[in-house]
Amino acid sequence: MTAITYTDVTKRFKGANMNAVDHVSFSVEAGEMVMLVGTSGSGKTTLMKMMNRLYTADSGTVSLFGEDIAKKDPVALRLSIGYVIQQIGLFPHMTVYDNIATVPKLLKWNKEKIAARVEELLKLVNLDPKEFYRRYPAQLSGGQQQRIGLARALAADPAVMLLDEPFGAIDAINRRNLQDELLRIHQKDQKTYLFVTHDITEAVKLGSRLLIMHEGKVQQYDTPEEILKHPANEFVASLMEGVT
Amino acid sequence: MYAIFAYFSNNMSNYTAAVGEHITISAIAVLVALVIGVPLGVAASKNRLVGGVITGAFSTLRIIPSLAVLLLCIPIFGVGVLPSVVALSFLAIPPVLINTVLAFTSLPAPAIETANAMGMKPLRVFWLVKLPLSLPFILAGVKTAVVEVISSATLAAYIGAGGLGAIIFTGIGLMRTDLLLIGGVSVAILSLLSGFLLGKLENSLTRWKRGAV
Repeated sequence: MTAITYTDVTKRFKGANMNAVDHVSFSVEAGEMVMLVGTSGSGKTTLMKMMNRLYTADSGTVSLFGEDIAKKDPVALRLSIGYVIQQIGLFPHMTVYDNIATVPKLLKWNKEKIAARVEELLKLVNLDPKEFYRRYPAQLSGGQQQRIGLARALAADPAVMLLDEPFGAIDAINRRNLQDELLRIHQKDQKTYLFVTHDITEAVKLGSRLLIMHEGKVQQYDTPEEILKHPANEFVASLMEGVT
Repeated sequence: MYAIFAYFSNNMSNYTAAVGEHITISAIAVLVALVIGVPLGVAASKNRLVGGVITGAFSTLRIIPSLAVLLLCIPIFGVGVLPSVVALSFLAIPPVLINTVLAFTSLPAPAIETANAMGMKPLRVFWLVKLPLSLPFILAGVKTAVVEVISSATLAAYIGAGGLGAIIFTGIGLMRTDLLLIGGVSVAILSLLSGFLLGKLENSLTRWKRGAV
Protein backbone atom coordinates (compact mmCIF):
# COMPACT_ATOMS: atom_id res chain seq x y z
CA MET A 1 0.00 0.00 0.00
CA THR A 2 1.28 3.46 -0.85
CA ALA A 3 1.30 5.75 2.18
CA ILE A 4 2.68 9.00 0.82
CA THR A 5 2.72 10.37 -2.70
CA TYR A 6 4.29 13.64 -3.81
CA THR A 7 3.31 14.54 -7.37
CA ASP A 8 5.21 17.29 -9.17
CA VAL A 9 5.48 19.38 -5.99
CA THR A 10 7.05 22.84 -6.21
CA LYS A 11 7.57 25.45 -3.51
CA ARG A 12 9.26 28.84 -3.69
CA PHE A 13 9.55 31.17 -0.71
CA LYS A 14 8.71 34.85 -1.02
CA GLY A 15 11.71 36.84 -2.16
CA ALA A 16 13.74 33.76 -3.12
CA ASN A 17 15.18 33.55 -6.61
CA MET A 18 14.94 29.79 -6.95
CA ASN A 19 12.52 27.05 -5.99
CA ALA A 20 13.15 25.54 -2.55
CA VAL A 21 11.50 22.39 -3.85
CA ASP A 22 11.49 21.98 -7.60
CA HIS A 23 9.02 19.60 -9.31
CA VAL A 24 9.52 16.74 -6.91
CA SER A 25 7.67 13.44 -7.31
CA PHE A 26 8.13 10.33 -5.22
CA SER A 27 6.09 7.88 -3.24
CA VAL A 28 6.60 5.96 -0.02
CA GLU A 29 5.15 2.54 0.75
CA ALA A 30 3.48 2.01 4.11
CA GLY A 31 5.98 0.82 6.70
CA GLU A 32 9.02 2.29 4.96
CA MET A 33 11.57 4.55 6.58
CA VAL A 34 12.57 7.02 3.89
CA MET A 35 15.49 9.30 4.58
CA LEU A 36 15.45 12.74 2.97
CA VAL A 37 19.14 13.48 2.56
CA GLY A 38 20.93 16.58 1.38
CA THR A 39 23.07 19.55 2.33
CA SER A 40 21.51 22.55 4.08
CA GLY A 41 19.34 24.48 1.69
CA SER A 42 18.67 21.41 -0.44
CA GLY A 43 14.94 21.62 0.26
CA LYS A 44 14.66 18.45 2.31
CA THR A 45 13.01 20.06 5.34
CA THR A 46 10.71 22.14 3.15
CA LEU A 47 9.69 18.96 1.38
CA MET A 48 8.86 17.29 4.69
CA LYS A 49 6.94 20.24 6.10
CA MET A 50 4.55 20.12 3.17
CA MET A 51 3.40 16.73 4.47
CA ASN A 52 1.67 18.17 7.56
CA ARG A 53 0.89 21.49 5.89
CA LEU A 54 3.28 23.60 7.91
CA TYR A 55 4.12 24.73 4.38
CA THR A 56 1.78 24.67 1.42
CA ALA A 57 2.96 23.60 -2.00
CA ASP A 58 2.73 26.24 -4.75
CA SER A 59 1.86 23.52 -7.23
CA GLY A 60 1.59 19.77 -7.32
CA THR A 61 -0.17 17.52 -4.82
CA VAL A 62 0.80 15.68 -1.69
CA SER A 63 -1.40 12.78 -0.71
CA LEU A 64 -1.67 10.53 2.29
CA PHE A 65 -3.10 7.07 1.67
CA GLY A 66 -4.56 8.30 -1.59
CA GLU A 67 -6.20 11.42 -0.19
CA ASP A 68 -5.04 14.88 -1.26
CA ILE A 69 -3.96 16.57 1.98
CA ALA A 70 -4.91 20.00 0.62
CA LYS A 71 -8.53 18.87 0.88
CA LYS A 72 -8.20 17.74 4.49
CA ASP A 73 -8.67 19.79 7.62
CA PRO A 74 -5.11 20.71 8.69
CA VAL A 75 -5.84 20.10 12.38
CA ALA A 76 -7.22 16.61 11.77
CA LEU A 77 -4.34 15.89 9.40
CA ARG A 78 -1.74 16.93 11.97
CA LEU A 79 -3.35 14.90 14.74
CA SER A 80 -2.63 11.83 12.61
CA ILE A 81 1.02 12.69 11.94
CA GLY A 82 3.84 12.47 14.49
CA TYR A 83 6.37 15.30 14.41
CA VAL A 84 9.87 15.41 15.90
CA ILE A 85 12.41 18.19 15.35
CA GLN A 86 16.05 18.74 16.18
CA GLN A 87 15.31 21.43 18.78
CA ILE A 88 12.89 18.88 20.29
CA GLY A 89 10.30 21.50 21.26
CA LEU A 90 9.03 19.90 24.45
CA PHE A 91 6.72 22.15 26.42
CA PRO A 92 9.01 23.37 29.23
CA HIS A 93 6.13 24.10 31.61
CA MET A 94 4.66 20.62 31.36
CA THR A 95 5.84 17.42 32.99
CA VAL A 96 7.06 14.49 30.92
CA TYR A 97 3.64 12.91 31.46
CA ASP A 98 1.71 15.92 30.18
CA ASN A 99 4.05 16.37 27.25
CA ILE A 100 3.50 12.81 26.07
CA ALA A 101 -0.23 13.07 26.75
CA THR A 102 -0.63 16.15 24.53
CA VAL A 103 -2.20 14.57 21.46
CA PRO A 104 -4.21 11.91 23.37
CA LYS A 105 -5.71 14.78 25.38
CA LEU A 106 -6.52 16.69 22.19
CA LEU A 107 -8.23 13.53 20.98
CA LYS A 108 -10.13 13.37 24.28
CA TRP A 109 -8.99 9.92 25.34
CA ASN A 110 -10.07 8.95 28.86
CA LYS A 111 -7.60 9.18 31.73
CA GLU A 112 -6.95 5.46 32.14
CA LYS A 113 -6.21 5.01 28.47
CA ILE A 114 -3.81 8.00 28.50
CA ALA A 115 -2.02 6.77 31.64
CA ALA A 116 -1.58 3.31 30.18
CA ARG A 117 -0.31 4.72 26.90
CA VAL A 118 2.19 7.08 28.56
CA GLU A 119 3.59 4.22 30.61
CA GLU A 120 3.87 2.01 27.54
CA LEU A 121 5.66 4.75 25.58
CA LEU A 122 8.16 5.55 28.33
CA LYS A 123 9.07 1.86 28.43
CA LEU A 124 9.32 1.85 24.65
CA VAL A 125 11.92 4.64 24.72
CA ASN A 126 13.75 2.97 27.62
CA LEU A 127 12.94 5.41 30.40
CA ASP A 128 11.60 4.24 33.74
CA PRO A 129 8.05 5.62 34.00
CA LYS A 130 8.09 6.04 37.77
CA GLU A 131 11.30 7.99 37.65
CA PHE A 132 10.35 10.26 34.76
CA TYR A 133 6.58 10.95 34.91
CA ARG A 134 6.83 14.03 37.10
CA ARG A 135 10.00 15.53 35.71
CA TYR A 136 10.12 18.73 33.71
CA PRO A 137 12.12 18.95 30.48
CA ALA A 138 14.73 21.14 32.20
CA GLN A 139 15.49 18.17 34.45
CA LEU A 140 16.41 15.91 31.52
CA SER A 141 19.54 15.45 29.43
CA GLY A 142 19.38 16.19 25.70
CA GLY A 143 19.15 12.50 24.85
CA GLN A 144 16.38 11.94 27.38
CA GLN A 145 14.50 14.96 26.06
CA GLN A 146 14.56 13.59 22.54
CA ARG A 147 13.33 10.20 23.80
CA ILE A 148 10.37 12.06 25.26
CA GLY A 149 10.00 13.98 21.98
CA LEU A 150 9.80 10.68 20.14
CA ALA A 151 7.35 9.21 22.68
CA ARG A 152 5.17 12.31 22.41
CA ALA A 153 5.06 12.04 18.63
CA LEU A 154 4.16 8.35 18.79
CA ALA A 155 1.51 8.86 21.48
CA ALA A 156 -1.70 8.66 19.46
CA ASP A 157 -0.37 5.98 17.15
CA PRO A 158 -0.02 8.20 14.06
CA ALA A 159 0.04 6.63 10.63
CA VAL A 160 3.05 8.68 9.58
CA MET A 161 6.02 10.04 11.49
CA LEU A 162 8.00 13.09 10.38
CA LEU A 163 11.44 13.53 11.89
CA ASP A 164 13.60 16.55 11.11
CA GLU A 165 17.22 15.87 12.11
CA PRO A 166 15.97 14.48 15.42
CA PHE A 167 19.40 13.36 16.63
CA GLY A 168 21.39 16.24 15.14
CA ALA A 169 22.10 17.96 18.44
CA ILE A 170 22.86 14.83 20.45
CA ASP A 171 26.34 13.53 21.26
CA ALA A 172 27.72 10.66 19.18
CA ILE A 173 27.22 7.86 21.72
CA ASN A 174 23.66 8.80 22.57
CA ARG A 175 22.93 9.36 18.89
CA ARG A 176 23.99 5.80 18.08
CA ASN A 177 21.81 4.44 20.90
CA LEU A 178 18.82 6.46 19.76
CA GLN A 179 19.31 5.33 16.17
CA ASP A 180 19.36 1.69 17.31
CA GLU A 181 16.23 2.25 19.35
CA LEU A 182 14.47 3.95 16.49
CA LEU A 183 15.27 0.95 14.29
CA ARG A 184 13.86 -1.34 16.96
CA ILE A 185 10.73 0.81 17.36
CA HIS A 186 10.24 0.92 13.62
CA GLN A 187 10.55 -2.85 13.31
CA LYS A 188 7.86 -3.15 15.94
CA ASP A 189 5.39 -0.48 14.82
CA GLN A 190 5.91 -0.70 11.06
CA LYS A 191 4.84 2.91 10.69
CA THR A 192 5.79 5.06 7.73
CA TYR A 193 8.67 7.38 8.55
CA LEU A 194 9.99 10.41 6.69
CA PHE A 195 13.33 11.25 8.26
CA VAL A 196 15.32 14.35 7.29
CA THR A 197 19.06 14.22 7.84
CA HIS A 198 22.29 15.63 6.47
CA ASP A 199 24.25 12.78 8.03
CA ILE A 200 24.74 10.27 5.24
CA THR A 201 25.95 7.54 7.62
CA GLU A 202 22.75 7.89 9.64
CA ALA A 203 20.75 7.75 6.41
CA VAL A 204 22.38 4.54 5.23
CA LYS A 205 22.03 2.97 8.65
CA LEU A 206 18.34 3.73 9.14
CA GLY A 207 16.75 4.12 5.73
CA SER A 208 14.87 1.56 3.72
CA ARG A 209 15.26 4.05 0.89
CA LEU A 210 17.10 7.36 0.55
CA LEU A 211 15.78 10.36 -1.30
CA ILE A 212 18.79 12.47 -2.17
CA MET A 213 18.02 16.16 -2.64
CA HIS A 214 20.14 18.94 -4.10
CA GLU A 215 19.03 22.47 -4.96
CA GLY A 216 15.40 21.50 -4.59
CA LYS A 217 15.58 18.57 -6.99
CA VAL A 218 15.64 14.84 -6.41
CA GLN A 219 19.03 13.43 -7.41
CA GLN A 220 18.33 9.80 -6.69
CA TYR A 221 15.73 7.73 -4.87
CA ASP A 222 16.67 4.16 -4.10
CA THR A 223 17.83 1.71 -1.44
CA PRO A 224 21.12 2.53 0.32
CA GLU A 225 22.85 -0.50 -1.27
CA GLU A 226 21.80 0.50 -4.77
CA ILE A 227 22.85 4.12 -4.28
CA LEU A 228 26.22 3.06 -2.87
CA LYS A 229 26.79 0.77 -5.84
CA HIS A 230 25.39 2.97 -8.57
CA PRO A 231 25.30 6.65 -7.65
CA ALA A 232 23.22 8.49 -10.24
CA ASN A 233 25.58 11.44 -10.64
CA GLU A 234 28.66 13.26 -9.37
CA PHE A 235 26.79 14.90 -6.53
CA VAL A 236 25.43 11.63 -5.17
CA ALA A 237 28.82 9.96 -5.57
CA SER A 238 30.58 12.69 -3.59
CA LEU A 239 27.87 12.61 -0.94
CA MET A 240 28.22 8.85 -0.53
CA GLU A 241 31.96 9.21 0.01
CA GLY A 242 31.04 10.40 3.49
CA VAL A 243 29.61 7.02 4.52
CA THR A 244 31.63 5.51 7.33
CA MET B 1 6.47 55.43 71.42
CA TYR B 2 3.63 55.90 73.86
CA ALA B 3 1.79 57.97 71.30
CA ILE B 4 1.89 55.09 68.83
CA PHE B 5 0.38 52.68 71.37
CA ALA B 6 -2.23 55.25 72.25
CA TYR B 7 -3.11 55.66 68.57
CA PHE B 8 -3.63 51.95 68.10
CA SER B 9 -5.70 51.55 71.26
CA ASN B 10 -7.98 54.48 70.37
CA ASN B 11 -8.10 54.31 66.58
CA MET B 12 -7.73 50.68 65.64
CA SER B 13 -10.88 50.71 63.53
CA ASN B 14 -9.73 53.84 61.68
CA TYR B 15 -6.39 52.21 61.07
CA THR B 16 -7.79 48.95 59.70
CA ALA B 17 -10.20 50.95 57.54
CA ALA B 18 -7.27 52.92 56.11
CA VAL B 19 -5.31 49.75 55.41
CA GLY B 20 -8.42 48.24 53.81
CA GLU B 21 -8.91 51.27 51.57
CA HIS B 22 -5.27 51.27 50.62
CA ILE B 23 -5.33 47.61 49.63
CA THR B 24 -8.66 47.93 47.80
CA ILE B 25 -7.58 50.91 45.71
CA SER B 26 -4.26 49.27 44.88
CA ALA B 27 -5.81 45.91 44.06
CA ILE B 28 -8.43 47.40 41.75
CA ALA B 29 -5.78 49.48 39.98
CA VAL B 30 -3.58 46.42 39.42
CA LEU B 31 -6.54 44.35 38.22
CA VAL B 32 -7.49 47.06 35.75
CA ALA B 33 -3.87 47.16 34.59
CA LEU B 34 -3.94 43.38 34.06
CA VAL B 35 -7.20 43.48 32.13
CA ILE B 36 -5.88 46.23 29.87
CA GLY B 37 -2.15 45.54 29.88
CA VAL B 38 -2.07 41.81 29.11
CA PRO B 39 -4.38 41.77 26.05
CA LEU B 40 -2.76 44.94 24.77
CA GLY B 41 0.65 43.37 25.28
CA VAL B 42 -0.38 40.23 23.42
CA ALA B 43 -1.69 42.35 20.54
CA ALA B 44 1.45 44.47 20.57
CA SER B 45 3.68 41.39 20.41
CA LYS B 46 2.15 40.35 17.09
CA ASN B 47 3.31 43.33 15.11
CA ARG B 48 6.55 45.16 15.62
CA LEU B 49 5.22 48.54 14.51
CA VAL B 50 2.05 48.42 16.62
CA GLY B 51 4.09 47.06 19.51
CA GLY B 52 6.60 49.89 19.29
CA VAL B 53 3.86 52.53 19.24
CA ILE B 54 1.95 51.04 22.18
CA THR B 55 4.94 50.37 24.43
CA GLY B 56 6.44 53.75 23.50
CA ALA B 57 3.23 55.58 24.39
CA PHE B 58 2.87 53.89 27.76
CA SER B 59 6.55 54.26 28.61
CA THR B 60 6.21 57.98 27.96
CA LEU B 61 3.11 58.21 30.12
CA ARG B 62 5.07 56.54 32.86
CA ILE B 63 7.46 59.47 33.09
CA ILE B 64 4.67 61.77 34.27
CA PRO B 65 4.85 61.94 38.09
CA SER B 66 2.10 60.04 39.89
CA LEU B 67 0.90 63.14 41.69
CA ALA B 68 0.50 64.98 38.39
CA VAL B 69 -1.55 62.12 36.96
CA LEU B 70 -3.71 62.14 40.08
CA LEU B 71 -4.32 65.86 39.83
CA LEU B 72 -4.98 65.65 36.10
CA CYS B 73 -7.71 63.11 36.81
CA ILE B 74 -9.65 65.50 39.05
CA PRO B 75 -11.20 67.65 36.30
CA ILE B 76 -12.29 64.50 34.47
CA PHE B 77 -13.35 62.16 37.26
CA GLY B 78 -13.75 64.49 40.23
CA VAL B 79 -12.29 63.54 43.59
CA GLY B 80 -12.37 60.30 45.57
CA VAL B 81 -11.70 56.70 44.73
CA LEU B 82 -12.46 56.70 40.98
CA PRO B 83 -9.80 59.21 39.85
CA SER B 84 -7.28 57.52 42.13
CA VAL B 85 -7.94 54.14 40.62
CA VAL B 86 -7.70 55.57 37.11
CA ALA B 87 -4.43 57.32 37.86
CA LEU B 88 -2.92 54.31 39.61
CA SER B 89 -3.99 52.04 36.75
CA PHE B 90 -2.12 54.26 34.34
CA LEU B 91 0.91 53.79 36.51
CA ALA B 92 0.48 50.02 36.66
CA ILE B 93 -0.15 49.35 32.98
CA PRO B 94 3.39 50.00 31.61
CA PRO B 95 5.26 47.32 33.60
CA VAL B 96 2.50 44.77 32.93
CA LEU B 97 2.28 45.67 29.25
CA ILE B 98 6.00 45.82 28.58
CA ASN B 99 6.63 42.49 30.29
CA THR B 100 3.77 40.88 28.40
CA VAL B 101 5.24 42.04 25.09
CA LEU B 102 8.65 40.78 26.17
CA ALA B 103 7.19 37.42 27.21
CA PHE B 104 5.27 36.88 24.01
CA THR B 105 8.12 37.89 21.74
CA SER B 106 10.59 35.56 23.45
CA LEU B 107 8.51 32.37 23.41
CA PRO B 108 10.52 29.27 22.44
CA ALA B 109 9.87 28.86 18.69
CA PRO B 110 10.36 25.04 18.59
CA ALA B 111 7.69 24.49 21.26
CA ILE B 112 5.23 26.68 19.35
CA GLU B 113 6.09 24.93 16.08
CA THR B 114 5.54 21.45 17.53
CA ALA B 115 2.32 22.60 19.22
CA ASN B 116 0.98 23.64 15.81
CA ALA B 117 2.38 20.57 14.08
CA MET B 118 0.71 18.24 16.58
CA GLY B 119 -2.71 19.61 15.72
CA MET B 120 -3.36 22.24 18.40
CA LYS B 121 -5.70 24.97 17.24
CA PRO B 122 -4.31 28.52 17.60
CA LEU B 123 -6.54 29.25 20.59
CA ARG B 124 -5.32 26.09 22.34
CA VAL B 125 -1.71 26.99 21.58
CA PHE B 126 -2.39 30.31 23.26
CA TRP B 127 -4.01 28.95 26.43
CA LEU B 128 -2.00 25.76 26.83
CA VAL B 129 1.45 26.88 25.69
CA LYS B 130 1.97 30.57 25.08
CA LEU B 131 0.22 32.01 28.13
CA PRO B 132 1.65 29.57 30.72
CA LEU B 133 5.14 30.12 29.33
CA SER B 134 4.62 33.89 29.55
CA LEU B 135 3.36 33.88 33.12
CA PRO B 136 6.73 34.28 34.88
CA PHE B 137 7.49 37.41 32.84
CA ILE B 138 4.01 38.83 33.28
CA LEU B 139 4.15 38.15 37.00
CA ALA B 140 7.47 39.98 37.27
CA GLY B 141 5.74 42.97 35.66
CA VAL B 142 2.85 42.66 38.07
CA LYS B 143 5.28 42.67 40.99
CA THR B 144 6.80 45.94 39.80
CA ALA B 145 3.34 47.37 39.25
CA VAL B 146 2.08 46.34 42.69
CA VAL B 147 5.00 47.86 44.55
CA GLU B 148 4.70 51.06 42.52
CA VAL B 149 0.96 51.29 43.02
CA ILE B 150 1.07 50.66 46.76
CA SER B 151 3.56 53.46 47.30
CA SER B 152 1.77 55.85 44.95
CA ALA B 153 -1.62 55.08 46.48
CA THR B 154 -0.38 57.06 49.45
CA LEU B 155 -0.77 60.17 47.33
CA ALA B 156 -4.36 59.27 46.54
CA ALA B 157 -5.32 60.60 49.95
CA TYR B 158 -4.62 64.04 48.48
CA ILE B 159 -7.67 63.71 46.29
CA GLY B 160 -9.88 62.20 48.93
CA ALA B 161 -9.49 58.49 48.29
CA GLY B 162 -8.44 57.70 51.85
CA GLY B 163 -5.97 54.94 52.56
CA LEU B 164 -2.79 55.07 54.59
CA GLY B 165 -1.88 58.36 52.92
CA ALA B 166 -4.67 59.99 54.91
CA ILE B 167 -2.90 59.10 58.16
CA ILE B 168 0.39 60.48 56.81
CA PHE B 169 -1.17 63.74 55.63
CA THR B 170 -2.93 64.15 58.95
CA GLY B 171 0.43 63.60 60.62
CA ILE B 172 2.00 66.28 58.44
CA GLY B 173 -0.86 68.68 59.14
CA LEU B 174 -0.77 68.18 62.91
CA MET B 175 3.02 67.81 63.00
CA ARG B 176 2.63 64.44 64.71
CA THR B 177 5.58 62.11 64.21
CA ASP B 178 3.67 59.11 65.54
CA LEU B 179 1.10 59.35 62.74
CA LEU B 180 3.84 59.83 60.12
CA LEU B 181 5.60 56.74 61.39
CA ILE B 182 2.46 54.63 61.55
CA GLY B 183 1.42 55.59 58.01
CA GLY B 184 4.86 55.39 56.47
CA VAL B 185 5.91 52.11 58.04
CA SER B 186 2.55 50.55 57.18
CA VAL B 187 2.96 51.45 53.51
CA ALA B 188 6.46 50.02 53.55
CA ILE B 189 5.31 46.78 55.17
CA LEU B 190 2.40 46.47 52.77
CA SER B 191 4.61 46.82 49.75
CA LEU B 192 7.28 44.44 51.08
CA LEU B 193 4.64 41.90 52.00
CA SER B 194 2.94 41.97 48.62
CA GLY B 195 6.32 41.70 46.88
CA PHE B 196 7.09 38.67 49.02
CA LEU B 197 3.73 37.00 48.39
CA LEU B 198 3.98 37.56 44.64
CA GLY B 199 7.49 36.13 44.73
CA LYS B 200 6.06 33.01 46.38
CA LEU B 201 3.37 32.78 43.72
CA GLU B 202 5.97 33.20 41.00
CA ASN B 203 8.04 30.39 42.49
CA SER B 204 5.13 28.00 42.66
CA LEU B 205 4.13 28.78 39.06
CA THR B 206 7.63 28.34 37.66
CA ARG B 207 8.78 25.11 39.24
CA TRP B 208 9.41 23.89 35.70
CA LYS B 209 12.20 26.43 35.25
CA ARG B 210 14.45 24.92 37.86
CA GLY B 211 16.81 22.24 36.63
CA ALA B 212 17.29 19.97 39.64
CA VAL B 213 14.59 17.63 40.90
